Amino acid sequence: MYKYLLCWRYLRSRYIALACIISVMLGVATMIVVNGVMEGFTHKMEGRMHEILSDISFQSRSYDGFENPEWHMNRIRQIVGEDIAGMTPTVNTPALLSYEAGGRYFNQTVQLIGIDERTYDTVGDFGKYLQHPENRHELSFSLRDGGYDVRDHQEEAGTQIREEMKEAGWPHRRRVAQRAAAMRVAQPAPITPDDDLFQARAHGEQAANPQAAPDSDPNLKPNTGAILGIALASVRDQEGRDHFRILPGDDVKLTFPGIGNPGTSNRLGIHEQFTVVDFYESKMSEFDASFVFVPLQDLQRARGMIDPTTRIGRVTSIQIRLKEGADLEAVRDKLRTSFSPYYYAIQTWRDMQGSLLAAIRVETVVLNLLLFMIIAVAGFGILAIFYMIVFEKTRDIGILKSLGASSQGIMGIFLSYGMSLGAVGAGSGLAIGLLIVTYINKIAHFLGWLTGRPLFDPSIYYFQTIPTIIDPLTVGLILGGAMLIATAASILPACRAAMLRPVEALRYE
Amino acid sequence: MNDHGLSLGRSAGIRDGRLRDGGATGAGVAAATSLDDYADLQRGEVALWSSPQLADRPLIVPRRAVVTDDRNVQPSAAPAETMLTARGVTKSYRRGEHVIPVLHGVDVDIRGGEFLAIIGQSGSGKSTLLHLLGTLDRPDDGEIYFEGHRIDNLSPAGRDVLRNRHFGMIFQFYHLLPEFTALQNVLAPLMIGNGLFTYLASRRRLRAQATELLDMVGLGHRLRHKPRELSGGELQRAAIARALVSQPRVLLADEPTGNLDQGTGEEIMRILRTLNREQKLTIVMVTHDAAIAASADRQVRLVEGRLAQA
Repeated sequence: MYKYLLCWRYLRSRYIALACIISVMLGVATMIVVNGVMEGFTHKMEGRMHEILSDISFQSRSYDGFENPEWHMNRIRQIVGEDIAGMTPTVNTPALLSYEAGGRYFNQTVQLIGIDERTYDTVGDFGKYLQHPENRHELSFSLRDGGYDVRDHQEEAGTQIREEMKEAGWPHRRRVAQRAAAMRVAQPAPITPDDDLFQARAHGEQAANPQAAPDSDPNLKPNTGAILGIALASVRDQEGRDHFRILPGDDVKLTFPGIGNPGTSNRLGIHEQFTVVDFYESKMSEFDASFVFVPLQDLQRARGMIDPTTRIGRVTSIQIRLKEGADLEAVRDKLRTSFSPYYYAIQTWRDMQGSLLAAIRVETVVLNLLLFMIIAVAGFGILAIFYMIVFEKTRDIGILKSLGASSQGIMGIFLSYGMSLGAVGAGSGLAIGLLIVTYINKIAHFLGWLTGRPLFDPSIYYFQTIPTIIDPLTVGLILGGAMLIATAASILPACRAAMLRPVEALRYE
Repeated sequence: MNDHGLSLGRSAGIRDGRLRDGGATGAGVAAATSLDDYADLQRGEVALWSSPQLADRPLIVPRRAVVTDDRNVQPSAAPAETMLTARGVTKSYRRGEHVIPVLHGVDVDIRGGEFLAIIGQSGSGKSTLLHLLGTLDRPDDGEIYFEGHRIDNLSPAGRDVLRNRHFGMIFQFYHLLPEFTALQNVLAPLMIGNGLFTYLASRRRLRAQATELLDMVGLGHRLRHKPRELSGGELQRAAIARALVSQPRVLLADEPTGNLDQGTGEEIMRILRTLNREQKLTIVMVTHDAAIAASADRQVRLVEGRLAQA
């Protein structure tokens, strides 16, 4: 009884103990916040990656791909058929995206993906990331007559309105054509050398030729549709507002390689004119800034991948979505044993983003280690302060012993003192940590306002807000660890107190 | 044999009415203490003799006790009627490389109900002797007996219980716990002696007991005061109440008036004398002041580490 009463009294009367509590509190709060944010980030990233990527990618090691995708899909179905929920063939190739905006040409390298409109949605949530509601419902590569989202449909609120998207689609295309006609009347030859080069190679009947009449049908007629990663078409400023260089309705040019031996059968630098029909916004900046989707058959035809006799096109990969609960690694390994690794790269979505995920994991571990050091430092603070308190309380210890308190009892006072300091510190740290995590976006906003520089720059992260997840297990481990350290730090002073001989302790006057 | 432990409980004001208020415990406080001790004995945790009646029962040797020699517990080693006995006690302190001898073979017999004053100059070792008698320290050589049982070689646990229940101690510098109120200070030995649940279960009774004692020493109006709010005399009276709360067999007083002015000192002495006369409490007091010592029944003088009749 006296142990707890004394411990309580010491807790209330020793203000120096407040230092211990605060140091434990800060450590615990920091760890909770950091873990919450790291886990939120990892979870959101992994979630997005998994939605964007199919479960398993069955890929050719060459951009030329493999023949007869039907045969491959049947073979895959024979091997792991019971686990498969969907499959779709794709053609992937590096490409150069070129377009004119604001009077100059932009050339960007992209990852060009030919997708099968009918089956691509069976392997991932591709449609979910498109900007036109009907495209989200059913994918189409034809230009829509307006109605594109002006507000980010994946975020609840608080995002900037995309004013430019209001007129995207046919209205935009018509206006561009009118403006070009007006320009042509005013300035007969506004053509740059670059333009010349492209004009010369363009397919005459489909080119967005500024010299053509604005109202004539051939110019307004859209080319094959292309869906651009949104970051290819826009830049985001620090307020999170997007500024678009091109919009759905604009024409872009894609340059990509053919197949076979370069210089002979392979016409390097095939140019095709495409019309942007939608934007793809997965919020993975890496993907949004590099993916361009076009219809599979058009890409196969342009690259010369269609066999002239059988009319069957080559593909570079087959994307596979597995049924819920299927073992990703097991399916991958089964496929790996059946297809030669010499020609085929078979990877799960985790394998494909392995380095990124591993980096995040390592980062989390290292951060936790460092932060735990902070709590350990707090532990040494407790040790020092406790030693002081024991010294200060030497006489009290003697008195208690003269009244018959056992050494274990004296030790108990200081151990429970340490434990309660740890508990109070961990408890208040938990409260503060959870508060910060809950209001982290408001806090980040406030700090950004205070320092004049945004803490969380949405133009970098592609998340409009900071994602957080509180994992009860992690929180439990942090609290347990903090209390353990506080208790462990009080063991040495407690032992010293217990070992004091009553006569020596009483001699101090 | 005497039963002043019990009589103290009664005369300290634990009236029957109060006890009935306290609940179904019914039995006297002193009886409850004896029963607690008896339970301890049954468990074999500690070897103690809470009352002369229990002393007649076979002694249960504590698990960690160092009592190895049967001869030590034979009553013949010390006269049966003596409460505390020291036999050939020597003690020296080590200060750095120097060994400073303090006691060279002290023999003293303290009879039950006696008020003994040990007089000595500062540094004569009188406090050391008192600490040895109270098991706060161990002698280098020699033996100490309590009610005929050797106590200087008891296990730490045994000595803790002895100090908690059978010895009351008061000091020159009062030694109250600064964090506790006067009442809590008086309750401290009871908190130490009882487990958390036992204490909480009988809290009301124990508080009443402590309040009675504080009333008795004239501090009934100062229950909730912290030591820093009390005067020297009040502190020492609170210390006396604390020493008496577990109804000890012996009160060991180390210069109880050493830090008080004459008037207050005499007041304290009056309380001690009353305790000795009316409740037959055995008191051993060390002092350097012959005038204070004069109020004791018997005085011995500690000179150069040995006792001489004063």
